[in-house]
Amino acid sequence: MAQNVGRNSKSESLFHLADTAERANFPGSSAEQVVTNGDSYVKTIAKRFFKNKVAVVSLGIFITMILIAVFANQLAPHARDASVGRFQAAPYDNFFLGTDDIGRDTLTRLIHGTQVSMIVGICSVAIYVVIGTSLGLVSGYFGGFIDATIMRVTEAFMSFPFFLVILTLVSLLGSGIWVVTIVLGVLSWPPLCRLVRGQVLTLKEQDFVLAAEATGYSTFGIMFVHILPNVISPILVNATFGIATAILTEASLSFLGVGVQPPRPSWGNILSQAQSIRVLTSEPWRWVPAGILIFVAVLAINFIGEGLREAIEGENKG
Amino acid sequence: MVAEVKEKQSIVEISGYKQYFNEGKRNEVRAVNDVSFNIYKGETFGLVGESGSGKSTTGRALIKLGDITGGQILYKGQDITKIKGRRNLLDFRKSMQMIFQDPYASLNPRITVKDIIGGALKVHGLYKNSSERNERVYELLEQVGLSKEFANRYPKEFSGGQCQRVGIARALAVEPDFIIADEAISALDVSIQAQVVNLLKELKKENNLTYLFIAHDLSMVKYISDRIGVMNSGRILEIAEADELYQAPLHPYTESLLSAIPTPDPESERNRIRTEYDPKYHQYEDLTKVGLHEIAPEHYIYCHQDEVEVYRKKREKLLREGQKYA
Repeated sequence: MAQNVGRNSKSESLFHLADTAERANFPGSSAEQVVTNGDSYVKTIAKRFFKNKVAVVSLGIFITMILIAVFANQLAPHARDASVGRFQAAPYDNFFLGTDDIGRDTLTRLIHGTQVSMIVGICSVAIYVVIGTSLGLVSGYFGGFIDATIMRVTEAFMSFPFFLVILTLVSLLGSGIWVVTIVLGVLSWPPLCRLVRGQVLTLKEQDFVLAAEATGYSTFGIMFVHILPNVISPILVNATFGIATAILTEASLSFLGVGVQPPRPSWGNILSQAQSIRVLTSEPWRWVPAGILIFVAVLAINFIGEGLREAIEGENKG
Repeated sequence: MVAEVKEKQSIVEISGYKQYFNEGKRNEVRAVNDVSFNIYKGETFGLVGESGSGKSTTGRALIKLGDITGGQILYKGQDITKIKGRRNLLDFRKSMQMIFQDPYASLNPRITVKDIIGGALKVHGLYKNSSERNERVYELLEQVGLSKEFANRYPKEFSGGQCQRVGIARALAVEPDFIIADEAISALDVSIQAQVVNLLKELKKENNLTYLFIAHDLSMVKYISDRIGVMNSGRILEIAEADELYQAPLHPYTESLLSAIPTPDPESERNRIRTEYDPKYHQYEDLTKVGLHEIAPEHYIYCHQDEVEVYRKKREKLLREGQKYA
């Protein structure tokens, strides 16, 4: 038998001995091939993501938009709600995108609208990621009665006519940027909850979860230290797409006049000026830029999400 | 090996352990049917049997991963089903650890080796600050024959053998008294199996450990075990000291298992006849006098009371004839 494979008490030499023995005996065996780069999971995914040019450009656009939102007050050339120029004027002097029907600068209002879109997009997603992830983890991990209850609640939430609920809530709670954000956050978690639950169902059967339990981790510890890091990537992808959806929904609500209320500008309520035939046909500067911004923002975020998904799936395959 | 254990003190006593899955439903599975054995302090108890014989289920029940259907499991005299409360459970977990079959699946792919081993230390509050933790992690890695540069790596960067060493380091981190090795070497290449088994033997000596070694590879089990239990379809069929079991395998199922061990001799391999075993052999209709009966000291067979004499004669004959299974 294998008595000849001795174990040296000096660890350094032992390790080399063991290691070379393993490789020497099985030079071609795939089981013994070792990935040699020392990169962490995040780093490998980041590397793969940055190879995707469309995604990188999109990320640039998204970051620019966030910066515009943060520094809206400094960047805007005019006062936000003040009548500073001619009425309904096409671009002139330093009103690069013209003015609206009461002489407010369109560019200024678009810049402030970016702030609204970013706040609604990012904050509502933050809210629903917390709710969806926690419920999904609990549901998948505990199973049984708890799982059944959470799943029925999820189904109930998913079967609501989304817009109708928002319209009702907004009319009850009053409209405004934070109401829209919170309502979107509280209503959009079910798909993420299901996604996380599904992942947890497969993960909890794996040996490393049993090992964690045998080690002595508490239930809470197993869920957050061992299972959560393994579901972060699908959550991230879902959240990215979620930002795009939230921006679109906010724009639609504001367009209908139940979202962000004037005089505070948002891309949606700027766009709603195009409800008048005259504006739609003869004053394109008042609504085309807002439409383009919504389009570009949603497209960029979707490309980022797609890039992330590809980077992560590639990682899982390799 | 056995002579080392002078005063035999049981660390584990399992009696009448049963495990049914989906109990009462149409798809009920009786994974373990009435298993009883004990493990002495300081020994290595090997549990062998084919896939689905309930040996891993027994190991998992022993370390309290799930509830048992029936019977009693005592660890250090304490009924493990009566361990309640976080504090008591942690004490139990600190005393008993497990090494898993699949070296990759048993390590969390998103956590570095340092955090895998350090996590066990953290859960049991075994360090005061991070430098003490790192010291201990490096020490453990060294103990299992890995260099400390491995600490910041992820499990996927390791070979199977190295992963299993990390798993062993994790189990050792809490300084347990008892370790269950659940098919700990089955997923490894043969040469690495030998290294890991040697490492386990070495660690046992250094840390005064007791092992429950679950496996289906009889040659490795013989090499490491003091006593061996043979399981089939949820029952223990034979328990004996390792040397005795190989010299005088009494139960037909044990004979069948032993006859399947390959030998490094082509001539004997060509002529070897595998003894077939029919599980009907131990399915008695009337169970009143059926159970584990002592044939010789420390040698038990699952049989009918009337068969005891037959087995005793068989044992004497086998011992007279000398060693049959190497």
